[in-house]
Amino acid sequence: MTQLNIKRQALRKPNQKRRKSCPFSAPNTPEIDYKDLKVLTRYVSERGKIIPSRISAVSAKKQRELSKAIKRARFLALMPYVVG
Amino acid sequence: MALYESVIIGRQDLTNSQFETLIDEFTSVIKSHDGEIKKTEYWGIRNLAYKINKNRKAHYYMLNISSSPETISEYERLLGLHEDIIRFLTIKIDKVDENPSLLMNNKVDRHRNESASDNIEIASKANV
Repeated sequence: MTQLNIKRQALRKPNQKRRKSCPFSAPNTPEIDYKDLKVLTRYVSERGKIIPSRISAVSAKKQRELSKAIKRARFLALMPYVVG
Repeated sequence: MALYESVIIGRQDLTNSQFETLIDEFTSVIKSHDGEIKKTEYWGIRNLAYKINKNRKAHYYMLNISSSPETISEYERLLGLHEDIIRFLTIKIDKVDENPSLLMNNKVDRHRNESASDNIEIASKANV
Protein backbone atom coordinates (compact mmCIF):
# COMPACT_ATOMS: atom_id res chain seq x y z
CA MET A 1 0.00 0.00 0.00
CA THR A 2 2.68 2.47 1.00
CA GLN A 3 4.71 1.45 -1.97
CA LEU A 4 1.79 2.18 -4.25
CA ASN A 5 1.40 5.67 -2.86
CA ILE A 6 5.02 6.43 -3.42
CA LYS A 7 4.72 5.24 -6.98
CA ARG A 8 1.73 7.49 -7.62
CA GLN A 9 3.53 10.53 -6.33
CA ALA A 10 6.49 9.76 -8.48
CA LEU A 11 4.24 9.43 -11.46
CA ARG A 12 2.54 12.77 -10.96
CA LYS A 13 5.73 14.77 -10.71
CA PRO A 14 6.83 15.02 -14.33
CA ASN A 15 3.68 16.84 -15.41
CA GLN A 16 1.82 18.27 -12.51
CA LYS A 17 -1.14 19.34 -14.56
CA ARG A 18 -4.38 19.06 -12.66
CA ARG A 19 -7.72 18.92 -14.41
CA LYS A 20 -8.83 22.51 -14.94
CA SER A 21 -12.36 23.34 -13.81
CA CYS A 22 -15.00 24.71 -16.13
CA PRO A 23 -14.63 28.47 -16.67
CA PHE A 24 -18.40 28.97 -16.85
CA SER A 25 -19.31 27.04 -13.71
CA ALA A 26 -17.50 29.41 -11.36
CA PRO A 27 -19.71 31.84 -9.44
CA ASN A 28 -20.43 35.26 -10.99
CA THR A 29 -19.76 34.20 -14.54
CA PRO A 30 -22.15 35.86 -16.96
CA GLU A 31 -24.59 33.72 -18.86
CA ILE A 32 -23.52 32.48 -22.27
CA ASP A 33 -25.09 34.77 -24.84
CA TYR A 34 -24.85 34.82 -28.62
CA LYS A 35 -24.32 38.58 -28.48
CA ASP A 36 -21.30 38.30 -26.21
CA LEU A 37 -18.69 38.16 -28.94
CA LYS A 38 -15.75 38.79 -26.63
CA VAL A 39 -16.43 35.53 -24.80
CA LEU A 40 -17.45 33.53 -27.85
CA THR A 41 -14.35 34.37 -29.87
CA ARG A 42 -12.24 32.89 -27.09
CA TYR A 43 -13.80 29.48 -27.74
CA VAL A 44 -13.19 29.27 -31.47
CA SER A 45 -9.92 28.42 -33.18
CA GLU A 46 -8.10 30.70 -35.60
CA ARG A 47 -9.96 28.96 -38.38
CA GLY A 48 -13.26 29.73 -36.71
CA LYS A 49 -13.96 26.22 -35.48
CA ILE A 50 -15.43 25.60 -32.06
CA ILE A 51 -12.73 24.42 -29.64
CA PRO A 52 -13.45 20.97 -28.18
CA SER A 53 -14.36 20.96 -24.50
CA ARG A 54 -11.59 18.48 -23.71
CA ILE A 55 -9.15 21.27 -24.52
CA SER A 56 -11.05 24.26 -23.12
CA ALA A 57 -12.25 22.30 -20.03
CA VAL A 58 -15.79 23.62 -20.43
CA SER A 59 -18.34 21.31 -18.83
CA ALA A 60 -20.63 19.31 -21.11
CA LYS A 61 -23.68 21.35 -20.18
CA LYS A 62 -21.95 24.66 -20.77
CA GLN A 63 -20.37 23.39 -23.96
CA ARG A 64 -23.82 22.71 -25.37
CA GLU A 65 -24.91 26.24 -24.51
CA LEU A 66 -21.70 27.64 -25.90
CA SER A 67 -21.93 25.83 -29.21
CA LYS A 68 -25.52 26.96 -29.61
CA ALA A 69 -24.53 30.57 -28.92
CA ILE A 70 -21.67 30.38 -31.42
CA LYS A 71 -23.96 28.94 -34.06
CA ARG A 72 -26.49 31.70 -33.49
CA ALA A 73 -23.78 34.34 -33.77
CA ARG A 74 -22.62 32.72 -37.01
CA PHE A 75 -26.10 32.76 -38.48
CA LEU A 76 -26.42 36.48 -37.76
CA ALA A 77 -23.02 37.08 -39.39
CA LEU A 78 -21.58 38.31 -36.12
CA MET A 79 -18.97 35.56 -36.36
CA PRO A 80 -17.53 33.81 -39.40
CA TYR A 81 -18.25 30.18 -40.28
CA VAL A 82 -14.74 29.86 -41.71
CA VAL A 83 -11.77 32.17 -41.54
CA GLY A 84 -9.55 32.35 -44.60
CA MET B 1 -47.73 35.20 -23.62
CA ALA B 2 -44.09 34.28 -24.07
CA LEU B 3 -41.00 36.43 -24.33
CA TYR B 4 -38.97 36.49 -27.51
CA GLU B 5 -35.83 38.18 -28.67
CA SER B 6 -35.64 38.96 -32.33
CA VAL B 7 -32.77 40.31 -34.38
CA ILE B 8 -33.50 41.77 -37.79
CA ILE B 9 -30.79 42.38 -40.37
CA GLY B 10 -31.63 44.87 -43.09
CA ARG B 11 -29.83 45.66 -46.34
CA GLN B 12 -27.01 48.16 -46.11
CA ASP B 13 -28.22 50.51 -48.86
CA LEU B 14 -31.30 51.47 -46.88
CA THR B 15 -31.11 54.88 -45.29
CA ASN B 16 -31.65 55.14 -41.56
CA SER B 17 -35.14 56.56 -41.99
CA GLN B 18 -36.08 53.84 -44.50
CA PHE B 19 -34.90 51.23 -42.07
CA GLU B 20 -36.84 52.83 -39.25
CA THR B 21 -40.08 52.81 -41.21
CA LEU B 22 -39.39 49.16 -41.99
CA ILE B 23 -39.03 48.39 -38.29
CA ASP B 24 -42.19 50.37 -37.54
CA GLU B 25 -44.01 48.19 -40.03
CA PHE B 26 -43.08 45.04 -38.16
CA THR B 27 -43.63 46.44 -34.69
CA SER B 28 -47.12 47.48 -35.76
CA VAL B 29 -47.74 43.90 -36.91
CA ILE B 30 -46.93 42.69 -33.41
CA LYS B 31 -48.97 45.40 -31.73
CA SER B 32 -51.99 44.73 -33.88
CA HIS B 33 -51.86 41.08 -32.79
CA ASP B 34 -51.94 41.96 -29.07
CA GLY B 35 -48.19 41.69 -28.73
CA GLU B 36 -46.04 44.03 -26.74
CA ILE B 37 -42.60 45.47 -27.47
CA LYS B 38 -40.54 45.35 -24.31
CA LYS B 39 -37.28 46.74 -25.55
CA THR B 40 -35.66 47.83 -28.78
CA GLU B 41 -32.07 48.35 -29.74
CA TYR B 42 -30.50 49.65 -32.90
CA TRP B 43 -26.99 48.30 -33.29
CA GLY B 44 -26.21 50.47 -36.27
CA ILE B 45 -24.56 49.38 -39.50
CA ARG B 46 -22.23 46.53 -38.70
CA ASN B 47 -19.74 44.71 -40.85
CA LEU B 48 -20.97 41.23 -41.66
CA ALA B 49 -18.61 38.39 -40.87
CA TYR B 50 -19.27 37.05 -44.36
CA LYS B 51 -21.15 38.32 -47.39
CA ILE B 52 -24.89 37.73 -47.49
CA ASN B 53 -26.55 38.34 -50.85
CA LYS B 54 -23.59 40.52 -51.83
CA ASN B 55 -23.99 42.70 -48.75
CA ARG B 56 -20.87 43.46 -46.77
CA LYS B 57 -22.52 45.59 -44.12
CA ALA B 58 -26.02 45.67 -42.74
CA HIS B 59 -28.39 47.36 -40.34
CA TYR B 60 -28.94 45.42 -37.13
CA TYR B 61 -31.99 45.82 -34.96
CA MET B 62 -33.02 43.89 -31.88
CA LEU B 63 -36.53 43.63 -30.44
CA ASN B 64 -37.70 42.07 -27.23
CA ILE B 65 -41.27 40.97 -27.71
CA SER B 66 -43.95 39.62 -25.45
CA SER B 67 -46.61 37.91 -27.52
CA SER B 68 -48.37 34.70 -28.40
CA PRO B 69 -46.56 32.18 -30.62
CA GLU B 70 -49.12 32.75 -33.38
CA THR B 71 -48.14 36.41 -33.53
CA ILE B 72 -44.49 35.45 -33.85
CA SER B 73 -45.13 33.05 -36.68
CA GLU B 74 -47.10 35.74 -38.55
CA TYR B 75 -44.34 38.27 -37.87
CA GLU B 76 -41.69 35.85 -39.11
CA ARG B 77 -43.73 35.03 -42.21
CA LEU B 78 -43.87 38.74 -43.12
CA LEU B 79 -40.15 39.18 -42.41
CA GLY B 80 -39.37 36.34 -44.77
CA LEU B 81 -41.40 37.94 -47.53
CA HIS B 82 -39.73 41.31 -47.25
CA GLU B 83 -36.94 41.93 -49.75
CA ASP B 84 -35.00 44.45 -47.68
CA ILE B 85 -34.57 42.01 -44.81
CA ILE B 86 -31.52 39.85 -45.34
CA ARG B 87 -31.88 37.72 -42.27
CA PHE B 88 -33.65 37.45 -38.95
CA LEU B 89 -33.47 35.27 -35.86
CA THR B 90 -36.11 34.97 -33.18
CA ILE B 91 -35.42 33.04 -30.02
CA LYS B 92 -37.41 32.45 -26.88
CA ILE B 93 -35.99 34.02 -23.73
CA ASP B 94 -36.74 33.66 -20.04
CA LYS B 95 -36.50 37.31 -19.10
CA VAL B 96 -35.82 40.67 -20.68
CA ASP B 97 -32.36 42.01 -19.92
CA GLU B 98 -32.86 45.65 -18.99
CA ASN B 99 -29.26 46.62 -19.57
CA PRO B 100 -28.17 47.54 -23.06
CA SER B 101 -26.79 44.45 -24.73
CA LEU B 102 -23.10 43.91 -25.29
CA LEU B 103 -23.16 44.78 -28.94
CA MET B 104 -24.31 48.30 -28.14
CA ASN B 105 -21.20 48.83 -26.04
CA ASN B 106 -19.01 47.19 -28.65
CA LYS B 107 -20.22 49.63 -31.23
CA VAL B 108 -19.27 52.60 -29.11
CA ASP B 109 -15.86 51.08 -28.41
CA ARG B 110 -15.22 50.38 -32.03
CA HIS B 111 -16.08 53.91 -33.06
CA ARG B 112 -13.69 55.18 -30.46
CA ASN B 113 -10.97 52.87 -31.74
CA GLU B 114 -11.63 53.92 -35.30
CA SER B 115 -11.38 57.58 -34.49
CA ALA B 116 -8.27 56.87 -32.43
CA SER B 117 -6.61 55.03 -35.32
CA ASP B 118 -7.62 57.89 -37.65
CA ASN B 119 -5.81 60.29 -35.40
CA ILE B 120 -2.73 58.10 -35.47
CA GLU B 121 -2.86 57.98 -39.24
CA ILE B 122 -3.14 61.72 -39.45
CA ALA B 123 -0.30 62.07 -36.98
CA SER B 124 1.93 59.73 -38.99
CA LYS B 125 1.13 61.65 -42.16
CA ALA B 126 2.00 64.86 -40.45
CA ASN B 127 5.36 63.41 -39.52
CA VAL B 128 6.10 62.53 -43.14
